[in-house]
Amino acid sequence: MNKKTEVVERDEMVIRFSGDSGDGMQLTGTLFSNTAALFGNYMSTFPDYPSEIRAPSGTVGGVSGFQVHVGHSEVKTPGDLADVLVSMNPAALKANAKWVKQGGVIILDVDNFDEKGIKKAGYDSNPIGKEFLDSFIVVEAPITSLTKEALKDIELDRKSILRTKNMFALGMVYWLFGKSLDYTENFFKEKFRKKPMVIEANRKVLKAGYYYAETIEALCPYNVSRAKIEKGIYRNINGNNAIAWGVLAAAEKAGLNVYVGSYPITPATGILEDVALRRDLGAITFQAEDEIAGICTTIGASFAGKLGVTTTSGPGLALKSEAIGLAVITELPIVIINVQRGGPSTGLPTKTEQADLWQVLYGRHGECPVVVIAASTPSNCFKYAFEAAKIALEHMTPVILMSDGFLANGTEPWRIPKMADYPDIKPPIVKEGRKDWQPYARDVERLARTWALPGTRGLEHRIGGLEKDALNGNVSHDPENHEKMIKIRDEKVERVVNYIPDLEVEGDEENDLLVVGWGGTYGHLITAVNELREEGKKVSLAHFNYIRPLPKNTGDVFRKFKKIVVCELNLGQFANYLRMKYQEFKFNQYNKIQGLPFTVIELKKNINKILEDK
Amino acid sequence: MSDTTHKLTVKDLKSDQEARWCPGCGDHAVMNAIQRALIELDIPKENFVFVSGIGCSSRFPYYMDTYGFHGIHGRASAIASGVKIANPELSVWQITGDGDALAIGGNHFIHTIRRNVDINIILFNNQIYGLTKGQYSPTSYKGFVTKTSPYGTVEEPFHPGELVIGAQGKFFARTIDSNVKLSTEIYIQAGKHKGTSVVEVLQNCVIYNDKIYSYLTDKDEKENRQLILHHNEPMIFGKDSDKGIILKDNKLKVVKIGENEITKDDLLVHNAKEINPGIHLMLANMQYPDYPVALGIIRNVDGETYDYDVNHQMEEIRAKSDINCIDDLLNSGNTWEL
Ligand SMILES: Cc1ncc(C[n+]2csc(CCOP(=O)(O)OP(=O)(O)O)c2C)c(N)n1
Ligand code: SF4
Ligand SMILES: [Mg+2]
Repeated sequence: MNKKTEVVERDEMVIRFSGDSGDGMQLTGTLFSNTAALFGNYMSTFPDYPSEIRAPSGTVGGVSGFQVHVGHSEVKTPGDLADVLVSMNPAALKANAKWVKQGGVIILDVDNFDEKGIKKAGYDSNPIGKEFLDSFIVVEAPITSLTKEALKDIELDRKSILRTKNMFALGMVYWLFGKSLDYTENFFKEKFRKKPMVIEANRKVLKAGYYYAETIEALCPYNVSRAKIEKGIYRNINGNNAIAWGVLAAAEKAGLNVYVGSYPITPATGILEDVALRRDLGAITFQAEDEIAGICTTIGASFAGKLGVTTTSGPGLALKSEAIGLAVITELPIVIINVQRGGPSTGLPTKTEQADLWQVLYGRHGECPVVVIAASTPSNCFKYAFEAAKIALEHMTPVILMSDGFLANGTEPWRIPKMADYPDIKPPIVKEGRKDWQPYARDVERLARTWALPGTRGLEHRIGGLEKDALNGNVSHDPENHEKMIKIRDEKVERVVNYIPDLEVEGDEENDLLVVGWGGTYGHLITAVNELREEGKKVSLAHFNYIRPLPKNTGDVFRKFKKIVVCELNLGQFANYLRMKYQEFKFNQYNKIQGLPFTVIELKKNINKILEDK
Repeated sequence: MSDTTHKLTVKDLKSDQEARWCPGCGDHAVMNAIQRALIELDIPKENFVFVSGIGCSSRFPYYMDTYGFHGIHGRASAIASGVKIANPELSVWQITGDGDALAIGGNHFIHTIRRNVDINIILFNNQIYGLTKGQYSPTSYKGFVTKTSPYGTVEEPFHPGELVIGAQGKFFARTIDSNVKLSTEIYIQAGKHKGTSVVEVLQNCVIYNDKIYSYLTDKDEKENRQLILHHNEPMIFGKDSDKGIILKDNKLKVVKIGENEITKDDLLVHNAKEINPGIHLMLANMQYPDYPVALGIIRNVDGETYDYDVNHQMEEIRAKSDINCIDDLLNSGNTWEL
């Protein structure tokens, strides 16, 4: 590190890498965040990419971004505004300048600010030097030409050379944050084991960027020192990965194997991909011809004794609705994972939203209750996937687990748990030789029926979508039996309440304002509430992971607050659900529906407004 | 309950539920033949699983004292695939109608066949929607008049065999509900075949499409209108066994033995094991009155099955991997200690 320059100590910093979707910004951001994590920072990341794989290059629509928030103390969001923005072309600047803090650093590849690039981005003239950039520290770096210069002695084609220019930018950022290049160099050694030339090129360009930043004296380096983090072994994890591993963990604890029947759909596909790698743990993945076959093969596999899982996003969940009804009436323990994205229809496929709540709760024909739970951070997707499977298996009911695009792609460091600390899961599988067994007889506490697997001698029985006799499971058209079964299935789901934890309040349990959230907005809500509390505001947070049934003490929690505001990324679906269940309270709302997560700034502003309202 | 010493009987296979099909419905006879076939397969009763969709025919699993799953309309192939992949030890039978398999379930039907999941699909083709009281189906002939086609349909039907072969099917057979003996033989072979077996049963719906196959079952004419195929035997048919099939100008042709110097030796010999599906397709597509209708096992070739391959792949990868439990997995790859 440069010894002459003074290092500025910062508690936290936000860096945003942006470029064309072919510029490798996702990789650049991932390498940076892994380096920071390895160093011992807290961090949280958020990739933001267009739905087109290679949208027209140089246009705003084709800009791909990756934001990393590193901290000395705990950071729970990827950050609202960036302290440092890297923009590889004019379009990336155009798309991202509004996300930079006043006084922040903007690193530009000036080589791409030619007439063509400027026009493609939709600027009338070169933005460099314009007034709107006055409040930032703009570093005009000729990244493309210096990359070429660094590699002039290397025998590589032009395309491969240009492909390394993101490493120049990364080198600059590493210098700026005093980070080591080791992790990144090792990454290339591993990744291009068979292409030494490519390793060499990336290494050279990375170093060139690093030394360039040191030499230009336009920047002063920052330091975000090591955090005081609980001791342990850590890894980075995103929500999809955590869900995949969570269901695998549940299968291990239940003594079963996982079967995932799914059809690819953004942003859920990663779960299918991650489980597909785990044949070594006995997992079978089946890429079905559509979402209906995804869930129907899962139901079949569950009937035959697997932990059946199907993964999807909103449009796919719609296709699965009829089959969810089949799983409800046959009382098979499947887990349905819905990673929400912007809707309706194809909507905003790569963006985040929470607007599938009603679909999940109500989007089926007939009285069709399922357990609904929602993960709230990338890493707790593991815990809630485990929990979803545990409830499904022990209560013999389909469970829907909600995630969203923000959790799915966002990463954070995760202290690796030990499986010994997780509970066993005990599915009610019936063994051969059980006398007087009845397919629909239930245990009195949970109301779960038992699970007799094909191949078990003497327990041959039929299940199906026609209404069942409450005991022997034969087809029954008896009116009273139907009503009885409807109530039993509903009651079975409601009784899950006895097996879930109480709702927790973060902050004082009695206060002026309770902020209520659910699912993937936790990081932003808790950050906003904590900051407001530090400012002396009387606010607390209650964040829901259990949606159906709601925790037992929900009403008691609400009662202790003068006001309640429900914040969610939709038009108020959870707020309306709460209104129906708890008619005695007034629920204020703060909603946003732009395909983006909340920002802490806007949350604070709006929470303050509600606090001040008479 | 069955035990190991006792050979399965047809009675063992009947559940306590009475079959509710209309009196005279072809489905009764199909069930009879399937039960007779199952007892010949030397498979313990608890390993049979019957999966169906929705339709008259799809009520079938309720009448069998085996494991059974009455699914939702069109999705039986998917449910059955899931069962078989989850436990390849099971003998999985899918019961489906022409609407169930070829209309709403067409996509699952072709993909299951393409994957060659080792299940046995019994396709009850009555060329009508029975359960919903008589609308045309994807196998109804063009011009067919029903309540939803009062002026006759204006669409061509699917020929199930053509669809099966188009989807790379490896086993296709056709039988007729009333011929219990032939049907039983076919079901036994379908049960033994490794991979997706499709048996099209020409089934009479006495209520909504009665006598649709009477041209084939007609006492006096049936031998002249049916060609019953046997592997390795010449394609002979007719009341007097005097007619046969030859290949001429790349087409099948009906000939009379003795006419134009045709002898038995000139006839095509049926080879159900031929990989190339060309002749099988032509046989499956033969239609009365130009041709006799082919019954029997038209195609029966070996192939790798999805359920075996995926489970085998799992064993291979398991044996090689360092990741044997979740703790291994969580600590694999990029981790760091603080
Ligand atoms: C999703 C859905 N759509 C429509 C129906 C109504 N329906 C039930 S069976 C059937 C057609 C049955 O015809 P087929 O499959 O040929 O069986 P068959 O009754 O002739 O044996 C239809 C349209 C349904 N049950 N579910
Ligand atoms: S309606 Fe037709 S297919 Fe259905 S049970 Fe009656 S005869 Fe059989
Ligand atoms: Mg039919």
